Order: sequence, then structure tokens, then C-alpha cells
Amino acid sequence: MFSFVLRRLGLVVPTFIGITLLVFSLIRLLPGDPVEALSGERGMDPQRYQRLLHEFGLDRPLPVQYGEYVWKAVHGDLGLSTITHESVFREFIARFPATIELSFCAMLLALVIGLPAGIIAAVKRNTVWDYSVMGASLTGFSMPIFWWGLLLILMFSVTLGWTPVSGRIAIQYDIPPITGFMLIDSLMSGDKGAFRSALSHLILPSIALGTIPLAVIARMTRSSMLEVLREDYVRTARAKGASALRVVGLHALRNALIPVITTIGLQVGTLLAGAILTESIFSWPGIGKWLVEAIGRRDYPAVQGGLLMSASVIIGVNLIVDVLYGVINPRIRHQ
Amino acid sequence: MKTTRGYALSTLAATALLACSGAAYAAKTLVYCSEGSPEGFNPQYYTTGTTFDAVSVPMFNRLVEFDTGTTNIVPGLAESYTASADGLSYTFKLRKGVKFHSNAKFTPTRDFDADDVLFSFQRMMDPNHPFAKTQAGTTYAYFDDMDMKNIIDKVEKVDAMTVKFTLKKPEAPFIANMAMDFASILSAEYAERMKAAGNVETFDREPIGTGPFTFVSYQKDATIRYKANDHYWGGRPKLDNLVFAITTDASVRYAKLKTGECHVMAFPKPADVALMKNDPNINLVQQNGLNVGYIAFNVEKKPFDNKLVRQALNMAVNKKGILDAVFQGAGAVAKNPIPPTLWSYNDKVADYPYDPAKAKALLAQAGYPNGVEVDLWYLPVTRPYNPDGKRMADLIQSDWEKVGVKAKLVTFEWGEYRKRSKTGEQHSMMFGWSGDNGDPDNFFVPLLGCSAVKGGGNVARWCNKDFEDLVQKAKATTKQADRAALYEKAQVIAKDEAPWITIAHSVRFDPVRKEVVGYKMDATAHHYFTKVDMADK
Repeated sequence: MFSFVLRRLGLVVPTFIGITLLVFSLIRLLPGDPVEALSGERGMDPQRYQRLLHEFGLDRPLPVQYGEYVWKAVHGDLGLSTITHESVFREFIARFPATIELSFCAMLLALVIGLPAGIIAAVKRNTVWDYSVMGASLTGFSMPIFWWGLLLILMFSVTLGWTPVSGRIAIQYDIPPITGFMLIDSLMSGDKGAFRSALSHLILPSIALGTIPLAVIARMTRSSMLEVLREDYVRTARAKGASALRVVGLHALRNALIPVITTIGLQVGTLLAGAILTESIFSWPGIGKWLVEAIGRRDYPAVQGGLLMSASVIIGVNLIVDVLYGVINPRIRHQ
Repeated sequence: MKTTRGYALSTLAATALLACSGAAYAAKTLVYCSEGSPEGFNPQYYTTGTTFDAVSVPMFNRLVEFDTGTTNIVPGLAESYTASADGLSYTFKLRKGVKFHSNAKFTPTRDFDADDVLFSFQRMMDPNHPFAKTQAGTTYAYFDDMDMKNIIDKVEKVDAMTVKFTLKKPEAPFIANMAMDFASILSAEYAERMKAAGNVETFDREPIGTGPFTFVSYQKDATIRYKANDHYWGGRPKLDNLVFAITTDASVRYAKLKTGECHVMAFPKPADVALMKNDPNINLVQQNGLNVGYIAFNVEKKPFDNKLVRQALNMAVNKKGILDAVFQGAGAVAKNPIPPTLWSYNDKVADYPYDPAKAKALLAQAGYPNGVEVDLWYLPVTRPYNPDGKRMADLIQSDWEKVGVKAKLVTFEWGEYRKRSKTGEQHSMMFGWSGDNGDPDNFFVPLLGCSAVKGGGNVARWCNKDFEDLVQKAKATTKQADRAALYEKAQVIAKDEAPWITIAHSVRFDPVRKEVVGYKMDATAHHYFTKVDMADK
């Protein structure tokens, strides 16, 4: 087991090198640079341009810049944002809880609806149930988040008035960010209205962000269930006279869940990618929205640092999933 | 069963709604849906309207200010000023009894005085000033952009309440520059105190000004909160609280305005404006923008070195068609380089008529009877003076086609576009300008002046001696009426020489909910809430 974890950890190093190289070169391949992005119609006089280029360290050869970026990143220093002049690490940490909160709720929604839907579709295969679940999940999977989010707002906020349009909490609640998780912070404030408001602000973005993982989970659960339901032990359990609920819920589901859990791990990447769009629509102050703006402003340190941190999170989660999987399924460890 | 459940649901929704919009609103709170996060909280470092709306407008004052809605200069922290006869020095009499804000780390021990003015300007002027560089990567961008280093020679304290600016050359627009955001007055005492306490960044991050609202809190990318400054020298604002709800998507801002989650929104999409006009809950306030969108001909390149070609291409363009299709009515045809809201606008200038036949004749006369091929660069982004560069380029291309001129459409990424335009690589290009300070000089010199050919702002690369003499003379003249006469002549030359096709001045809209009282749009596209009130619902 130990050597498996070690091997798995060894893979992380080249992944990181790949990511840093990719992030570093991609942002530089975009036309324009951070200094140019600071000026408008007027442009900037060449003297100030050079001075700022020097201050941002962008007048040095690319390998030197890359070396410094990696060296500093290894030491936990992601540099200063060229826009706000604040530490990129601090900027990231200030916004990350908002993204986790949203992603967590979206994932919760995806599981709570996706799992049962997949099970129903598998058990009632080739019935109207199956077709509706699969049809709906195909629709959900193909839905552009941007359009879907706006549609939800128009429907539930503007027309029906059930949910707030955007933001994390109603304006009258000034909740200081202690943990950064609005649900927890608003609970800690002791104001029930604040908690309710925070909750109601989470509904639409969670639906928008959770739709794709929901569809994936439902489809994965269905196909995995179908496979397991064909197994001998399920037939045996049925033959023994076990109730349908017991057969499906206990014998089949447990084994069907293994690939589903892997899928859930992989969906973390989807969630973070989807958060970029969801946060932009719902004015959700998380890292997705922050990164989009950083790219627009050619804020190299913020993009490099932010993507590196997000990638680390995804790598970390997948590492944990892999190790857990190895714990559950010994065959993986020895391959 | 079904009906009861429906009833229960709607009750729940109603309770939730009540909880959201209810009790805590005893105080008057206005929520403004702004379009983005401020870059920082020191008005001296930045150049974007987003930052000015959030920082210099609510929390700071200038020595002189713009009268909201116009570009007229009114007294601010200076009660009055006098210019010397030679136009080389300006003496400001400062307002007495003005208090700076306080926060948890700072309570002012004295009122605003000459030291604060000296501090604010010397910090920007003198690289050796102890507070010149408190953060890496910051520059006094707007101060530099307005060339203040080559305008102000020195700032001196005459007495505690009098300050004298000595200029290096006579510069009439100087006084308009003093009303701009970068010229906000900061507290010298606050800077000293924070430096002594060892956290000079606080000075930049937790703003202390003299303005109508004081800073309460900023939650990154989400909300900025302010409260009324009870000691405001101009009288306490009627609002108790002002909140900026940062909402980057224009459609979402509109949705928030409709549901009442915000009361005023920034920058509506042109396509939404028609809907807003018919919304009973919304007042659509509008004002002509202080801007101009144009096509510049690079006069250093053929065929644009020929005045007749430039005139012909002016006549070939159907501006009315462009206004309908691109601006959807939210614009006015431009005939001068400056908008009609600006003093010295010459309404007597006659625009080139839309006349393809005459254009063709002129082209033939210029030696291009069989037409000519040109490049037309178009804007890759939406700008305040041009909502859709590509669409405009398509229309112009087909207009020119009709007179035999084949235009190849070219564009680059926005930063690249500006960079290349400075090298003179362009043939004809689409560009535009939003005024900084409401002084005509701010259009003529940076866009059409001879020095701007070298600087790169003059993308037509047009340098005309008669025009240049007029605008330089206007710069050195202090009396506004005399200056206006000079600029009026300059506009006649610019029309005849046709370095540009002046296309449009856009109209700006601020959608405001009905319960908001006394909201006035600002000429320089800022959003002021000092005199705004909320009607009881």
C-alpha cells in the first residue's frame, strides 16, 4: 500500500511541471501584456511602459521568468497581482471558500438527484422512466451553463420572484468573512434571516453548476447498475427471495457505486471549470470570476498562481480518490 | 392535496421574500449595481471609471469639482481661486472647517489644510518624496497621462489655508485637470500616522477622504459599503447607506434592477434599453456622452495623403444607417471632433453630405477613377463610443464598395490594436475617445495635435500648421470666451481637411428605479449619489 501511494505521489511531480509550463506559456502566448492592458485609448508613454515592465519583472528572458516563477511557487510565494498589488495567494484564499461552498452544494444536488435517478433508470430499464431520465440528463449535459444560468434567473427570480438574482447574501446583512463560507458565517452571526438569505442565494447557482455533474452521475449510475444487475450474485439474491429493495439497494448498489465514486472525483475538475461561468453570471465572488478578470487584464501572476492553485486542488482530490480506491479495491494496488 | 401544497409553497416563498427585503431597511439604503471591482482604493494610482465611481466620487474631494451633469467647474475644497495675468500661477483659497473621515485606526486631530494639498501633489510630482513609492508596481498613471509633470513647476503653501501652484508654461486646461479624480486630496496626517505605525499599505487600502460617504467595508468582488459622512462640508447626504453590488454581467444587472435588488445600474446593454423604456418601475435617465467615435485616415499613406480622397470617403458613408444599425438610436451623428455638450462646439460647421455620386467624382478627380484598395482596421472590443466595431466596419465596407473603394477588414487583439496604431502601420482605422475633463483641449491636442503624431495618440498622423497654431494658442489663453473662438476656427479646418470621418457621439443611459429621487447623470460618466434620496414606498 505504501509503495502504491509513493508511486502515485511520484506522478504528481511531472504533472506539476507540465501545468506550470503550460500556464506560463499559454498566458504569454495571448497578445498584449499586463502593462499594455493598464492603458486605454491614450496608450502609455514608452518610459513608463519600460519602468512597469521592469517592476513586474517582465523585461527579463523567459527562462529566467519561468525559473523564478517555479522557484517562488515551490516556496509558497505566488507573487503580487499586477492590478491590486496584493499577494496572489491571499487573493486566492479570500475567494476560494466561496467556490468551495458553491461547488459543494452543486455536487450535493447532483448526488441527491443524480444517484436515485440513475438507479430508477436502471431498474426500470426501457420504460418511460428510463427514457425520461436519460433524455433529461442528455439535455442537462448539453446545456451551456451561461444560457442555463440566465434562463434560471429570468424564470425563478424575475418572473416568479422566488429566489434572489445574484450575489451571496441580501445586501442588508453585512456578515464579516470569518470562515469565508457564507452559510457558516451567517449561522455564526446568529441571525436566522441571514442564514435563510444565504441559502436562498445558493439555489440557482447550485442548479446551474450542478446540472452537468448531475447528468454525468445519473448516466454513470445507470450503466454501472445495469452491469451489476446482470451479475450472478444478484440473480442468486433474487432467487433466495430477497426483496427487490434489498437486492437493488444492498447487493447491487454497493458494487455499482465504485465506478460512480471515481466519476465523482473526476467531476471536481468539471465543477471548477463550470464555476468560471457560473460565478460570472451569478456575481459569485469566487476564484472562477476572479480568474476570468485576471485573464482579461493580463494579470500574469494572478493567472499563473490561480491556475496552479486550482490545479493543485484537482490533483489533490484525484490523488485522494485514487488512494481511497486502492483501499477499497486491492486489485488496483498491484497493477 | 395539490392545492394545499401549492398554497404552502407560495406562503413559504412569500415569507422568504419578506425576510429578504424586510425589517432592517429603516435607514435609507441605496444599492448600486456596479460593473466591476475597483482596482484599489487610492484614486491617484488608477485610470478606470470603475475605480473612480467606487473611490474618488463617494469618498474624496478635489480643490475644484465638476458640477454634476455638466463639465462646469465649481468650488470644491478650494472656496475660490485666482489665476495670474500671465497664466503661470494659480492661487487657491482653501475651505475652512473641512473634516477628514475617521476609521478604527485613525481619527484626525486637525481639519483639512494646505499641508494635505501639498502632500497629495508632491507625492505624485517628486520621485524622492517619502510617500512617492509605497507599493511596487504602482504609478501615478493619470497624473502622468495628463502630462502634469511638464505642467506644474511647484506647489507652495502661502499660509495654512492658501496654496499656490506655479506652472512651467501657460496651460488653460490646468484648472479642469484639477477637478479630475487623480487630483483628489488625501490626508497627510493619515499617511504620516500609518507610516509611523509601520503599515503604510493601510493608507492605500482603507481610504480616508473628505467626501460625502465614508468607507465601511469591502468584500472582494462582491460588495462595497459606505455610510453617510455626518460632517460633510457640502451637507450630509440624504442616504444613510450606499452599497455597491458588484455585478459584472449586464443582463444580470438588469435582472437585479427589475427585482429591486438594486436601485441604480451601470452600463445597460444597448439591446436592453428599449425594454427599459417601457418598464413602469424604471426611469431611464439619458445624457449625451462626452465622447467621439471616428475613422481616422493615415495621411502618411497613399491614397489618404490626398485630401480629396479623404473627403470622398467621408461623403461615401451613410452615417444615419450606421447610427440606426450599430447604435440602435443611442447615438447622435458627429460632425466635429468634440461632442456638442462641450463648450466651443461649432454648430455652424456643415457635415459632408451622404453623396456617393459626388464621392465617385472626387475620387476620379484625385486620380482614382477606377477605385482603390485600402485596409480598414476595426475595433475588436465594445467601447463607450462604439458598441460594435465589426458591424460598423461591415456597413462602411459596403458603403465604400459602392464608390469603388475596396476595403479589407483587419483587426487585432485590443492591446495589440492600440500598440500597432502608434507605429503608423494603419491605413484607415476605427477609433474613438472619451473626454477626461470636459476641456476641448483634451480632444484636440491628444487626438489631432502635432506632438501626438509622435506620441501615437494622433492615429491619423495629421499635423496641420494652422490647426496646431490655433489649439496651442487656445492652450495659452486663460479667458474661456477667447479660447472658444479659437477652437471654433480649428473645427472648420478639421472638417475641411478631413483627417477623420467623425461618426458618432454615443448617448449614455443610466436606468434608475422609480423610488430613487434626484438622480442626475454626470457628464464624465461617473455615478454620483451625494444628492440622491429614496422616496418612501
